[in-house]
Amino acid sequence: MNAPNASGWRPAMGDVSDAETALVTASGDRALQLEEKLIFELGRPGTCGVDMDEPVGEVLPGLAPFLRKAPLALPGLSEPETVRHYTRLSRQNYAIDLGPFPLGSCTMKHNPRLNEKAARMAGFADLHPLAPQQTARGAYEVIEQLANWLVTLTGMDSVAMTPKAGAHGELCGLLCIKAALDARGDDRRIILVPESAHGTNPATAAFAGFAVENIPANADGRVDLAALTARLGPDVAGVMITNPNTCGLFERDMKAISDAVHAAGGYVYCDGANFNAVVGKVRPGDLGVDAMHINLHKTFSTPHGGGGPGSGPVVLSAALAPFAPLPFTRRDADGVIHLVEEVDAAAFGHSQTFGRMAAFHGQMGMFTRALAYILSHGADGLRQVAEDAVLNANYILRSLEDVLHAPFGKAGPCMHEALFSDDDLPEGFTTLDIAKGLIDEGFHPMTVYFPLVVHGAMLIEPTETESKDGLDRLITSLRSLAARARNSDPSLKSAPHFAPRRRLDETLAARKPVLVWREAVAAGE
Amino acid sequence: MPRYFTEEHEWIDVDGDTGTVGISDYAQGQLGDITYVDLPAEGAKFAKGDSACVVDSVKAASDVYAPVSGAITEVNSALADAPELVNTDAEEAGWLFRVTLADASELDDLMDEAAYAEFVKGL
Repeated sequence: MNAPNASGWRPAMGDVSDAETALVTASGDRALQLEEKLIFELGRPGTCGVDMDEPVGEVLPGLAPFLRKAPLALPGLSEPETVRHYTRLSRQNYAIDLGPFPLGSCTMKHNPRLNEKAARMAGFADLHPLAPQQTARGAYEVIEQLANWLVTLTGMDSVAMTPKAGAHGELCGLLCIKAALDARGDDRRIILVPESAHGTNPATAAFAGFAVENIPANADGRVDLAALTARLGPDVAGVMITNPNTCGLFERDMKAISDAVHAAGGYVYCDGANFNAVVGKVRPGDLGVDAMHINLHKTFSTPHGGGGPGSGPVVLSAALAPFAPLPFTRRDADGVIHLVEEVDAAAFGHSQTFGRMAAFHGQMGMFTRALAYILSHGADGLRQVAEDAVLNANYILRSLEDVLHAPFGKAGPCMHEALFSDDDLPEGFTTLDIAKGLIDEGFHPMTVYFPLVVHGAMLIEPTETESKDGLDRLITSLRSLAARARNSDPSLKSAPHFAPRRRLDETLAARKPVLVWREAVAAGE
Repeated sequence: MPRYFTEEHEWIDVDGDTGTVGISDYAQGQLGDITYVDLPAEGAKFAKGDSACVVDSVKAASDVYAPVSGAITEVNSALADAPELVNTDAEEAGWLFRVTLADASELDDLMDEAAYAEFVKGL
């Protein structure tokens, strides 16, 4: 491994080793490291960024009881003060455009700017969802082409494009399964969910009205096939399996699992959130999957985080395709793409649809970005995405397994994520200390304490974005943190030292959350 | 008053046909700081092994399974303001709920204190 900086040169940074006793400024800022108050603590009452006319005329008699008696408690800021407030806050944020974001539970990779250029083209960006079909042919072409790519890459029969995110896609898949069971008059109520599945899987199954039963993992972090087949029966509607699973491992028995579930009359849902590890290498259709959502915002690199926007199209087997939601695109014999809605669903042989997942076509901005990503990479490029993502994760795994315990390190190569536990940390040092230390090192922390099957889990997903130099810097930092823990360095227990705020009391924040700003709270009353 | 433990780390104290249920000290240590306990409704009926309540910690939300079948007669209302009782005194003041035992023979499958201590050692 290369040293991150072979010459050892670094710019003079002053004394940052003891931040707390260093020079204090009158403003609280330190050059471009800005302190920022809450927006309610800024400005003055009565200040407003826009001119508002006084209302003219009488209030309609019926509305009089609703007249506001006290002014709205809005912060009083001018437009430049408001802009500065949010820009200053944004400088305290960490983003994929600032550095590696090894957040294993959510793939955070580079969003190529070409995608953004395509999505911002006025013909796509300014299109209204109710625009007449003949004025939106280009957008339908994008949806149709992307749908074809997704069906081809997964080896499935068809795809429902409308679900808005991963969990929404899971719900879509389970509603298809429910509709298929209803169509054959089969009242199966149980969905089996292995321990190695994503946490949203049991939640979705419960939300869709199924009862959830847990299937244990075996010693190398994969589904216990014997336990799963033993539980199958006439009451089991299906299984939800995350593959690659949340331990970062490929479920090698996937085909055997699918065959057993099908033989018992059930369906196979695959959580495809981790499809980025196998895209171009494995077709879920060949593994017997009946439904799988694809997180466009992960595998096909559309920006996300902080709750949106996502997009979770669901690919379906021939068994479930007849129940797919409306609307969807279909190319007519004359080559024109048609949007199939309720009025003509029967004419297109789709009268068994379970209904709708969304009002309109789906997440158009994500479709444009995902198709730009796919077309600019090509089939060979997508295969390399998976290969590089897996290679990078294995480089992390093998570069750290001598200082951090890798519970499944002996179970063969990992996929896109490297999983460690806190077993090798000395008494008194935890996964949280490593995560907080990583903030001081200038990285976003990895996923911590998930998956639950591993004690004190640290889940690292480098993605294909990072170069070897970037990985080496992350590895050097993590090795340094592991060494500090091993030497019981007390400064690691109080990390972060260099972040805008020191270690926060997460327990108090969860037990007594303050969700609404009030002057009394601000005054400490 | 005899105390029994489950492999899912619940304990139950049995007094006549009433059982008092909580999670073990080992379990609270594994969960870390408890932030909230979602207690069952009084009168709710559970079969043995059903999820009866949820304990939230800074690390995870974990189901607490009914160690026996029966109806909830009382819940530990002190936990609403002080969920940390489950951390500081898991096996006494941090109890979760009381249940009327529907079938006392279900206790036969559970472990006594010594057997549970052995069980935890093996984890």
